[in-house]
Amino acid sequence: MIIKRTLSFVAAAAVSMSAMAWQPSGKVECLAPADPGGGWDFTCRSVGNVLQDLGLVDGSVQTVNMAGAGGGVAYAHTVSKRAEDNKLLVAASTATTTRLAQKQFPGMNADMVTWVGALGADYGIIAVGKDSEYQNLSELMAAVKANPKSVKFAGGSARGGWDHLKVLIAAKAAGADKLPSIPYLSYNNGGEAMSQVVGGQVDAFTGDISEATGFLESGDLRVVAVLAEERLPGKFSHLPTAKEQGIDAVGPNWRGFYMPKGASEEAKSYWVEAVDTLYASDEWKKVMKSNGLIPFHPPASQFDEFVRNQVQDIENLSREIGLLK
Amino acid sequence: METLGFLMDGFAVALTPYNLMFALFGAFVGTLIGCLPGLGPANGVAILIPLAFTLGLPPETAMILLTAVYAGAMYGGRISSILLNIPGDEPAMMTCLDGYPMAQKGRAADALAVSAIASFAGGLIGTIGLIMLAPVLAKFALTFGPAEYFALFLLAFATLGGITGKNPMKTVVAATLGIMISTVGIDISTGTQRYTFGVLELYEGIDFILAIVGLFAISELLFFVESRMGRGRDKMNVGKLTLTMKELMMTIPTQLRGGVLGFISGVLPGAGASLGSFISYTLEKQVVGKKGKFGEGDIRGVVAPEAGNNGASSGALVPMLTLGVPGSGTTAVLLAMLISLNITPGPLMFTQNADIVWGVIAALLIGNVLLLVLNIPLVGFFVKLLSVPPMYLLPIVTMVAFVGIYSISHSTFDLYFMVAFGVAGYFLRKLEIPLVPIILGLLLGPEMEKNLGHALVLSDGDWSVLWASPLAMGLWIVAGLGLILPYLVGPLLRRRMNAAMKESPVSD
Repeated sequence: MIIKRTLSFVAAAAVSMSAMAWQPSGKVECLAPADPGGGWDFTCRSVGNVLQDLGLVDGSVQTVNMAGAGGGVAYAHTVSKRAEDNKLLVAASTATTTRLAQKQFPGMNADMVTWVGALGADYGIIAVGKDSEYQNLSELMAAVKANPKSVKFAGGSARGGWDHLKVLIAAKAAGADKLPSIPYLSYNNGGEAMSQVVGGQVDAFTGDISEATGFLESGDLRVVAVLAEERLPGKFSHLPTAKEQGIDAVGPNWRGFYMPKGASEEAKSYWVEAVDTLYASDEWKKVMKSNGLIPFHPPASQFDEFVRNQVQDIENLSREIGLLK
Repeated sequence: METLGFLMDGFAVALTPYNLMFALFGAFVGTLIGCLPGLGPANGVAILIPLAFTLGLPPETAMILLTAVYAGAMYGGRISSILLNIPGDEPAMMTCLDGYPMAQKGRAADALAVSAIASFAGGLIGTIGLIMLAPVLAKFALTFGPAEYFALFLLAFATLGGITGKNPMKTVVAATLGIMISTVGIDISTGTQRYTFGVLELYEGIDFILAIVGLFAISELLFFVESRMGRGRDKMNVGKLTLTMKELMMTIPTQLRGGVLGFISGVLPGAGASLGSFISYTLEKQVVGKKGKFGEGDIRGVVAPEAGNNGASSGALVPMLTLGVPGSGTTAVLLAMLISLNITPGPLMFTQNADIVWGVIAALLIGNVLLLVLNIPLVGFFVKLLSVPPMYLLPIVTMVAFVGIYSISHSTFDLYFMVAFGVAGYFLRKLEIPLVPIILGLLLGPEMEKNLGHALVLSDGDWSVLWASPLAMGLWIVAGLGLILPYLVGPLLRRRMNAAMKESPVSD
């Protein structure tokens, strides 16, 4: 790790001295595969700013929004029209891997791009209303095991989407069978789903920690488990993880980038190191803090493998619930 | 008073110079659009939506702009009614009845001034009603579960006939078209793709903003090109203002009655502004009786419908903001805009997006004052604009529509789609199929489907849950009434309303 840090530091220094083999000149494009205002748009804009502040790019980073098919349009664009572009980053997250795993980008798979790196994550949670009979995840999952239809979950993604998958990941880790029978109600967004849980219409909420902050502070919502390796930092440190309750379920919604597969090797390694440098910088730590992002940064050598594993896991799970044939 | 605190916060949002500028601009453009014959508030808002995207406005500013356009169009509708005997929009029909005779008698300036004041009074009463009713209804709406929402959407569809129905079958056809279009894309309750044919651009469904701008704005352009290209209207003389204070005082009770009645009919889903102005006018005629000279240029005959339709325009915002169910065609367009801004209308909006809700409400109050100020001294200017040949206006509108839609997604595919919707809208209007039910079907269809699915998941497949609670039952009954009543009362109302109408307006 120390060596890596040092290396990336050297890389950054090298960049500022213009001694690298390859470095971006002129305008760099960051493709946000959604309309302005969403998570991907945020990734591009905030990363673009920090890259400029750190002097990792000499020109400007321009965010281009390309909405459609939950990222599919941008993915297809990158694969087919920009395959050799050295100065193109595309924002991605777990939503991207979910759709890839479920073959929602027709004719495309995770091998068709280069995965650059992750810059933080939003962790999954499972929560209940404050008056709920379930005090912790073990009790909740015991009820699910006894009768899969007894606990109804609400979330902000479509059936088979990331919010739904988190319930299945937890239920599977708890040893529940009959996963397809677990009722899941999809809403347009996390807020709508939470209000149904708070209002007592639905038993449990599945979503990300950043969505739940408001209801958490008002005390209307009780988080029974955070789907993270270890407890989250700061004001979330009192929330128990699923792991410490004996249920090995982890669900990070990471934020990061991919780039065209055909870009030059020099460009690829430049961007991997730039992302490392950025992640280590104080400027980025500030962005993470003010936007509720939680540290998540698999080493560059492992990120590609991480993405592949995530895609494989989601594919298996989707097959199990009958979403994929 | 909690509400008052929120309202103050709302003023803080609306009174920033930036937002105030857009409110003024919206009020101005709205009046302009309203006074062009055939262009109603729904078209006005639809035309301005792309502009909001082009300029990259933040959500509260975008909503302030559009509500100001909405209020402005309601004001503007009266101008051509009075001067040309052609209603600028449907709710302004009743204003023709006495407004035009007044103009013929040489009192056009008086009719315009008094109707501006009546519009102000109506708008003010309606907005006060909105401020008092909306938060209460929003709290109440929190107790709605999926079954109740399903019944509510059913109610909205059942009362569709009341909004636009000349021919009920055509309304049904239009709503069905809307629902069919809305099924394209991923089905959130099963996670499967429907009607996407492997085309990536269709995976997230069809954006209703595209549909709205295409159906309303682009089809309007085609109509203009067809019928009015090149020709301007003759310049009109407004005459001098001879309105006395005594005359104005005399109309105050009329203004109050009209505003309150208008507000109530605006709140009722499906009734909308046309009913507001009609009821106000008819009631005024009953109350005043033989003492008035209705139909021959009675000043109260101008005041009543104007107070009524402006009261109704604020009233129609109540169900839209609190329940997510639009009370009229224009509020349906506003609802679509809210959804595109990633804001879920309904009870939650009052807690999660309080600044937007209250900013918009405060902007309505400010907008009304601005409109009054604009409309009295500037009335001559608006009248002049009536004689501007459309060949100057059309290219501007077209350009804004294309740039705006392109700036949302940077996709030429969307532009083709918008044009396709425009052409479809043109033909649908030729066939006299109303456009508003299409938008409602597009907006409400998926919500209704989602809530039906949720209700059935929660009850484990037991259909009786849909009418199990007293609230749901009540909504079903109202929906039933809403379906039947227009057939009994509707033809009667419409015959009377149409008596005054020569040119058929488009919507709302």
